[in-house]
Amino acid sequence: MDTPAIIVTVAGLALAGFVLWYFFFSARQTASAVSTSGGVQEVAITVKGGYSPDVIEVERGKPVQLSFYRDEENSCSEELLMPDFSIRRDLPAFKTTLVELLPKEVGTFTFTCGMGMLRGSLVVK
Amino acid sequence: MEPATKTETLDIEGMTCASCASAVEKSLSRTPGVQRAMVNFATEKATVDYLPTQASPATLKEAVINAGYGVMERAPDTSAAERSAEIDRQKAVAYQKLKRRFGVAVGLAVIIMPLSMLMLWPAMMARINMQWLNYALLLLTLPVLGYSGREFYESAWNGFKHRAANMDTLIAVGTGAAFLYSLAATVVPGFFTSRGLMPEVYYDTTATIIALILLGKVLELRAKTQTSAAMRSLIGLQAKTARVVRPDGAEVDVPIEQVQLGDLVVVRPGEKVATDGLITEGSSALDEAMLTGESLPVQKQAGDPVFGATLNKTGSFRFRVTKVGADTMLSQIVKLVEDAQGSRAPIQRLADKVSAIFVPTVVVIAILTFVLWFDLAPAGTRLPLALVNFVAVLIIACPCALGLATPTAIMVSTGKGAEHGVLIRNAEALEKAYQVNTVLLDKTGTITRGEPAVTDFWTLPDQEHNRLLQVVAAVERQSEHPLAEAVVRHAEAQGAASLTATGFRAVEGKGAAATVSGQAVLIGNRRLLADESVNLPPTLIAQAEQLLSQAKTVLYIAVAGQAVGLLGVADTVRDTSATAIKKLQALGIEVVMMTGDNAETAAQVAGQVGITRFFAEVLPADKAGKVKELQAEGRIVAMVGDGINDAPALAQADIGLAIGSGTDVAMEAAGITLMRSDLNGVVTAIELSRQTIRTIKQNLFFAFVYNTLGIPVAAGLLYPFFGILLSPMLAAGAMALSSVSVLTNSLRLRSFDNH
Repeated sequence: MDTPAIIVTVAGLALAGFVLWYFFFSARQTASAVSTSGGVQEVAITVKGGYSPDVIEVERGKPVQLSFYRDEENSCSEELLMPDFSIRRDLPAFKTTLVELLPKEVGTFTFTCGMGMLRGSLVVK
Repeated sequence: MEPATKTETLDIEGMTCASCASAVEKSLSRTPGVQRAMVNFATEKATVDYLPTQASPATLKEAVINAGYGVMERAPDTSAAERSAEIDRQKAVAYQKLKRRFGVAVGLAVIIMPLSMLMLWPAMMARINMQWLNYALLLLTLPVLGYSGREFYESAWNGFKHRAANMDTLIAVGTGAAFLYSLAATVVPGFFTSRGLMPEVYYDTTATIIALILLGKVLELRAKTQTSAAMRSLIGLQAKTARVVRPDGAEVDVPIEQVQLGDLVVVRPGEKVATDGLITEGSSALDEAMLTGESLPVQKQAGDPVFGATLNKTGSFRFRVTKVGADTMLSQIVKLVEDAQGSRAPIQRLADKVSAIFVPTVVVIAILTFVLWFDLAPAGTRLPLALVNFVAVLIIACPCALGLATPTAIMVSTGKGAEHGVLIRNAEALEKAYQVNTVLLDKTGTITRGEPAVTDFWTLPDQEHNRLLQVVAAVERQSEHPLAEAVVRHAEAQGAASLTATGFRAVEGKGAAATVSGQAVLIGNRRLLADESVNLPPTLIAQAEQLLSQAKTVLYIAVAGQAVGLLGVADTVRDTSATAIKKLQALGIEVVMMTGDNAETAAQVAGQVGITRFFAEVLPADKAGKVKELQAEGRIVAMVGDGINDAPALAQADIGLAIGSGTDVAMEAAGITLMRSDLNGVVTAIELSRQTIRTIKQNLFFAFVYNTLGIPVAAGLLYPFFGILLSPMLAAGAMALSSVSVLTNSLRLRSFDNH
């Protein structure tokens, strides 16, 4: 192995390691729901290449209202899926779409885009 | 002409008592242009009729705020029809944009390709300045990246910021790497030549990949709109207006949103029924195929329910509105289908797990591919080889096929089911129906009609048959007993002329008596005749016993104190039951019947419809137990039933099918609801589930095999053995076709027909 090969190998392995860490193990942006006077837990989520925040904490047994604002036209994010709550919604671009649900059980429930690439989770406590 | 009023509903915030409501109401009523304001404290809603020329939603809101309360901003109109119209409009715009981007990419790629190939023509090359050619290619490629492919880079970057990677990440990194390498080779060729490398450019690769991926997207978008076609046509069924009868008798066309509970609506022949209600006068045949899948029109008269979106065929009638908006049958069907389309099939679990880690994993594989090629290939060609294979791996990987495999099939099939009157609660129900090998039918209301009908009419030899039927019908027409109704239906079906009965008298628990053409007539059970001291001739008793042995109810007829005939009444088998059961058996499913009747009657009905195994004398409470019994034999059981008694059995079964006009309780417990009241729906449900799951399995198989074969080949695994390398352009073609193939396969379900 010559010097360039060694450099490429080391850099490549480091890059691969970074990719794995960055996408799978790094910390996520978490937000807790804010309860209104009516007892509804509200969270605003921006959809742009992902969900921010992408970890949402809510309390069990209280109605939840998620407002998804889709801040892009990219077709990847046009659908929202919350299979545990039987929800499939089209998110129109540059519009807010309200999703209402009632978390009855404690647990972590994933929500994704139509193809399962973009992910977020609803943590019910 | 009086200007049209508009109605606005406001959600009021901050009302703590009923007097707050009246304060809001007062404030609204005083607003100029408001004709009527009503505030409901319990629902926290204000309904305001106003003249749009003088007032507007903004002035109404102001009035509420002036009264010291707030108006909650509602989400932009969420009626299913409007929501879907807005989304359709956006999708159409997006599709046009995508086609333009695709057009630009193709237009430039067809120029870039032949120009790049000039290099392969030495005679030509000698006359052309290499450097100039590369700059020309660079200029041509820039719009392909900056305009056609822009979305990929934006989306990849946005995703990266969220620590999310998607398909666009792969395309962006792949084409980006090829482009940057080419850019370097164009701008600083000396850097390459000084290290013994040809300054090769990959502009053709970059442009072609983007063009092909966009082609895939165009095809995909076109196919995707078709997956929800059934759903859209369902939403489109909703009537836009209703002809409401005002208190003064005037008939006015009003928008459907303004129709209120209790309104009287007129429907003429050929018109759509606006919403759900009960017929108050008139009668007609209605086409309910769009809701139930039943192709024959249904005869309806005063007192019968009608449903919004169904079509009035022959007569005109008026109905009283009982349900509006989200409560109507149509809205509930739409909601159910929508929910089902959002549910997750257990079969999808593995694909979901793979999709979650797919893109980053592929990026890592691509990096390792680059490193290995760089380390192992001959020094002179290692960099271009490493690059080309790196790009090929990124481009060929197709997470979309994996992600689309299950949901598209579920979407098409739940929509298709609704078209056939089969409402599937969720994807899991569909999967369970696929596994079913035993169908348990509750006899009453499922195999049989669940309502009594006259099966036998026997008279003593000296009686005039038709005349007696007329007499009997005359008496029974005045009774409200279900058995009497069966007798009247029978007489009408026979075309018996109607006579008049006088002095009608119902005898509780025994029967009825009246006078027809001057003769006293008695119809009822044996006790009624005994009470009136009517003697029964032996032939009549013998006949009665024979009917009783067939589990039929016997009605005795006496005219002028003489017993003259008998009527046998029983629940009858539906015309469709025997063929539907045969179809189920042909699908390899064992059909089992259960009933509360005695073994003899059960055997008779079972024999009539071709069932060999049955449970007789089952008490309502034991129905769920019978399901368990079958499950204990290792069977996957589908329970078909209606009514409240069946709910526990429907829930106990692996999959419950609630048959038409079933109560809400049964629908709750059932995974599948059949809108049509016959067993053909069971056949449809099972055939549809089998085709759907088969399609999903094909899709998943294809998606997994495509990726597990494609990625190693693109990485160059075949090169050491066969010298085969996959060009990134071919990889792009394969990728574009893979997701389209999955979609097309799912769309094949649209041709599902169970006949």
